[in-house]
Amino acid sequence: MSLLEVRGVTKRFEGLLAVDSVDLDVGEGDIVGVIGPNGAGKTTLFNCMSGLEAPTSGEIRFRGQMLSGRPDRFTKAGVARTFQNIRLFPHMTVFENVLVGRHCRTHVGLVAAIGRGPKFRREERESGEKADELLEFVGLRRQADTLARNLSYGDQRRLEIARALASEPGVLLLDEPRAGMNAAETRAAADLVRRIRDRGVAVAVIEHDMRFIFGLCDRVAVLVQGRKLVEGTPTEVQGDARVIEAYLGAPTA
Amino acid sequence: MIKPPALAVAGAAALVAGSMSPWATFAGFPGKMTLAGFPGGARLFALLLAAGALLFALEVGGRRRAALFAAAGAGAVVAVNIVAITDHGGGLGSVAWGAWMAVAGAGALIAAAWRLPADPERRSERGGGEPAPEEWRRLHPALEVAAIAVALSSVLGAVVWGLEIAESSRFISFLVFLVFASVALHYLGVFSALAVLFARHHRMAMLLGAAAAVAFPFTQQGNAYWIRVFASIGVFAVAAIGLNVVVGLAGLLDLGYVAFFGVGAYVGALFSNAALTTTNIHLPFMVVVILGGCIAAVFGLVIGTPTLRLRGDYLAIVTLGFGEIFRITANNWDGLTRGPNGISGVPDLALGGFDFGESHQLFGITLPGFANYYFVELVLIAGAILVFTRLNDSRIGRAWVAIREDELAAAASGIDTIRLKLLAFAIGAFLAGAAGTVNAHVTTQVSPDSYTFLESILLVAAVVLGGMGTVPGALLGSTALFVIPEKLRAFQDKRLLLFGAALILVMRFRPEGLVPSRRRRRELRSEAPEGVPGLAGASGPPPGGPLS
Repeated sequence: MSLLEVRGVTKRFEGLLAVDSVDLDVGEGDIVGVIGPNGAGKTTLFNCMSGLEAPTSGEIRFRGQMLSGRPDRFTKAGVARTFQNIRLFPHMTVFENVLVGRHCRTHVGLVAAIGRGPKFRREERESGEKADELLEFVGLRRQADTLARNLSYGDQRRLEIARALASEPGVLLLDEPRAGMNAAETRAAADLVRRIRDRGVAVAVIEHDMRFIFGLCDRVAVLVQGRKLVEGTPTEVQGDARVIEAYLGAPTA
Repeated sequence: MIKPPALAVAGAAALVAGSMSPWATFAGFPGKMTLAGFPGGARLFALLLAAGALLFALEVGGRRRAALFAAAGAGAVVAVNIVAITDHGGGLGSVAWGAWMAVAGAGALIAAAWRLPADPERRSERGGGEPAPEEWRRLHPALEVAAIAVALSSVLGAVVWGLEIAESSRFISFLVFLVFASVALHYLGVFSALAVLFARHHRMAMLLGAAAAVAFPFTQQGNAYWIRVFASIGVFAVAAIGLNVVVGLAGLLDLGYVAFFGVGAYVGALFSNAALTTTNIHLPFMVVVILGGCIAAVFGLVIGTPTLRLRGDYLAIVTLGFGEIFRITANNWDGLTRGPNGISGVPDLALGGFDFGESHQLFGITLPGFANYYFVELVLIAGAILVFTRLNDSRIGRAWVAIREDELAAAASGIDTIRLKLLAFAIGAFLAGAAGTVNAHVTTQVSPDSYTFLESILLVAAVVLGGMGTVPGALLGSTALFVIPEKLRAFQDKRLLLFGAALILVMRFRPEGLVPSRRRRRELRSEAPEGVPGLAGASGPPPGGPLS
């Protein structure tokens, strides 16, 4: 059974049909790619999948449970995401950014936070250990006390992933994780995505870089003008005439 | 060590000689300005700033700008007094030669300072960043604590000194002196060093700070006036800390905040058997404080629930509206609030036979009644500081800061933003309400015109001026905003003009406020250098901040 099920999701903005009844499944241990030309509705689909936008119709289920409402409910249920244009908390340290990701897995309330009882201390310690482990995992342990805005571009992307992983998601949605990276960083990013999958977190990834997507994903969905054109293995998608047409245009007679 | 240039020596000599000579040709100007041979009145400030000339002989970081500001400060002190003497004595003829000599001396010092080699850039000099930890060697802990004690007693000393100055012209000279001396010390890195020391000896610093605050009434020799002023500042300081939770941490600009303060004040007046109460209910003060806080918090939730979905400017406008609704309601609900007359005759507090209105003898010093309220407020401030700092350093505080930095990203990271914003609103309202109940007793009467939009603006200004998200900032801001107008009675009608000017200056030169946020304290313990120097130095409020 798939972990995250997207069923007939449609998103309409005024006159524009951004996403048109799309189905998508992300199963346990999957790396699913979503590609498509600019304006195909990829990010809007992700926004619907992570609660940032409510779909006009259709539904999103995670482990069989229907998801709706504000984004924090999606994250708490187990769907975390990163953003195409990195959205960190720039004036917080790298470590604090990851701790914010722990928020929905911790429970200390007002009174306990003021009282500083043993429960508070244990939870803070556990969050700190978890954050340290995640920073080690993405390779930012040494920058833990740096302000997020002072990180290099590639490091900011990795920090965003660490923050998302801190909420212990079942599915991680990555929106263009290699944008602005050079070849070496791109290889490291692909490696990181595989390691995330090996941790038991399924991944759905939007990317324009075909080599990145086809080298990484088990399945690839192609979105064109809001509709899912094709879905299949990288080989199937690469050979599909409709995909080539969508990207390059129909051959003129 | 380098030799000071001849120009600096000449300038310093002229400034010292000028400060020892008469500045006014007529008797009657404050500070015995006609007498020679001693630096009376405001002349002392010019003389002290001339000490900045010493910097020419010292090879220390930041000395060019420090020397410039010390010299310019001396010049400004003289200039202020020349204007005042001219105004007072009727024409430039009333200015004596000593003043002109001091001007010349200050001018020479400025020119000499201008020619000093440029200071090396330190990243701590821009944008209130933390000083690099490696710059500050560890001294013996006792020495470090002693340095903190000296710093805090200097602050107390400066406050007491400033309060003792009666005349406006001399007080302005004192302010000018304070500002320029602080800027000079800032460039010398004194404040950065102190910040490091405070961070290292956090508890000790808090303890000493509390001791300095407790010591204040004992410095007043039984004189009630300033204790009374500080008793009114105390309640505003508690409210400012509460507002700092809302504005400084969660980044919600609340322009109707004084309404919560007003709710607390009415609760305090209605439940304490005031002479003109409409309820005839009398509850113990401890209960009333908590009750006032809770009722204000409920108001906060009621106002927050529909409005906190709005952001930035819209929230500011809606809260402004609610503040006005409170004032107008209080003005018209005759049955409960007695309308525009307000509720007067709020009795003094009495806890277990201890009457707060009476003066008491302690260590042979008479403490007037207001000192009792002052001490109660210190306890309240301590409580507010505890709530603020502990929440700030917990998952709740981190969530607030995350919301302030990027609300959408915070929500996507799993933070229930509406709920946390409501919590910030409720805590801010609680603290304001608790402070309000005390205020009802301090002022002995409660009326709607004490809770106007202007008061809300003043509280926001106190927080922004002092530094958003810091406790010392809120304390400093509320003290400055309430003491300075009290001293400058002559300028009463230009009070707002002066605030405006001060705010513009602070926002231009120190946008993070007088005491910048300690959020980056962790960096002190970090070995890693900051990544990109250009970014690290950039100052200014964060994008998407409460004022954007």
